[in-house]
Amino acid sequence: MIIAERKTFDEIKQIVGDAHKILIVGCGTCVAVCMAGGEKEVGILASLLRLDAKREGRELEIIETTVERQCDKEYLEPLAKKVSDADVVVSLACGAGVQFLAEMYDTKRVLPGLNTRFIGVAEHEGMWTQRCMACSDCILGETGGICPVTICPKGLLNGPCGGTNEGKCEVDNEKDCAWTLIYRRLEKTGGLNNIKKLFPPKRYDVQTKPGKVIHPAYEKGEGKAHE
Amino acid sequence: MNKKSFRETLESGEFTITAEVGPPKGTHIDEMFHHIDLLKDKVHALNVTDNQSSVMRISSLAVCQIIKDKGGEPILQMTCRDRNRLAQQSDLLGAHVLGIRNVLCLTGDYITVGDHPQAKPVFDLDSAQLIHMVKSLNEGKDIGGNELSGSTDFYIGATVTPESKPIEPQLLKFEKKIKAGARFFQTQAIYDIENFRRFMDYARKFDIKIMAGLVLLVSAGMAKYMNKNVPGIFVPDNLVDELASTEKGKGLAKGVEIAGRMIRQLREQKICDGVHIMAIGREGVIPEILAAAS
Ligand code: SF4
Ligand code: SF4
Repeated sequence: MIIAERKTFDEIKQIVGDAHKILIVGCGTCVAVCMAGGEKEVGILASLLRLDAKREGRELEIIETTVERQCDKEYLEPLAKKVSDADVVVSLACGAGVQFLAEMYDTKRVLPGLNTRFIGVAEHEGMWTQRCMACSDCILGETGGICPVTICPKGLLNGPCGGTNEGKCEVDNEKDCAWTLIYRRLEKTGGLNNIKKLFPPKRYDVQTKPGKVIHPAYEKGEGKAHE
Repeated sequence: MNKKSFRETLESGEFTITAEVGPPKGTHIDEMFHHIDLLKDKVHALNVTDNQSSVMRISSLAVCQIIKDKGGEPILQMTCRDRNRLAQQSDLLGAHVLGIRNVLCLTGDYITVGDHPQAKPVFDLDSAQLIHMVKSLNEGKDIGGNELSGSTDFYIGATVTPESKPIEPQLLKFEKKIKAGARFFQTQAIYDIENFRRFMDYARKFDIKIMAGLVLLVSAGMAKYMNKNVPGIFVPDNLVDELASTEKGKGLAKGVEIAGRMIRQLREQKICDGVHIMAIGREGVIPEILAAAS
């Protein structure tokens, strides 16, 4: 899932400026799970903003709402009234959700409340780590289910750099070297031959931004879907 | 020195010696000029580092040209950190037309360890892919398979860390570098000759040349520091003790003696094909090391 972190309170306070009526929109999917932008975090941010306004003697009204997903139009449409009533909207979705909300309500200032970090997993409670760079050409099948594109800071495809040290990474000695992990995993699962070949350089043409995916069933209009 | 090129010397089986020039950060090049003048006729070739330790400096290519102008032979070091495959290839074509014939292919340190930690790390290729790309340029094609009008003629070098732990992934990469086209290797610094001998027993299976890397030790403190902090470097206790029992102020002389002694042993016992001396800021004493080795 997408992992994000809330921006600092000071930064959020600064970008909302002197708005009197703020709508905070949470997102109930990835960012709710990583405790950055779900219903609970909407509540926390709202309280912080209210307290701060009170302390400074400012008038401030905050509306809190959380939708299932901000990356899907059907969940954004019902927000029309709330959005139009607010001076600004703070979205606690990932960057994609913020943009979709801003696109739908393009006469309103929609501001990001989070910094979107990466695609990752809940390694243990309260800690998430990055696992995939969305490179569009997955090689996990050959590397024992461990992604060198992501887990190696240099994204090396053909084995470790000279800085690997006792299985740790030169960039962060708390972190395991991707290539020791891959080697050890393939040793166990019997796939060492996979990585003896020279992997060609990664293709970046398939990663040209912004990416677009059309499901085959929808490729040539509706007709095709029923074929 | 002799008129044989670095490649001819190394390939002929003659014990070959290289040293390293680190380009300065800024345009004052007097000290580097001095080092080049001092070393160019005493070693077979001089490596020129490429933004070493991710610190921005004069380009390796420019300094290689300076070495050539002065009558020395350069080895262009090229990392994958700062250039994508287009930039690397155009620099390589440029290096060829300038008469540079040796290239050492490296991954490069990560960018955050240097003086531009916020810069974008490139790593479009890795070192094995870079080697393969140079080989392809030598064969008249770029990495995209497009025909070149005129190919390059590089002697392709790479690095290996014989003391890397764990060793298996390191050797996996070493063998891939050989398959990709590396003809010579300069190793990470080695100090334990017996360990190195074991590595060479294995490496001798391949049709390549290996030059042992030597970093000049100047104190027991430095040796201990490297043991603790530099991945893939192991200074055995007897050397640490030897340095520790050296009179104050004589550390450098002891380091020179140790390096000279190691070179002599590697050469006389034909353990490897040459040495690459990294004096890291003390290039001035390399002639003394060579004298101690003879
Ligand atoms: S190879 Fe790595 S970055 Fe690419 S899709 Fe697979 S997991 Fe993601
Ligand atoms: S130590 Fe391992 S994970 Fe870290 S940069 Fe080098 S190869 Fe990649």
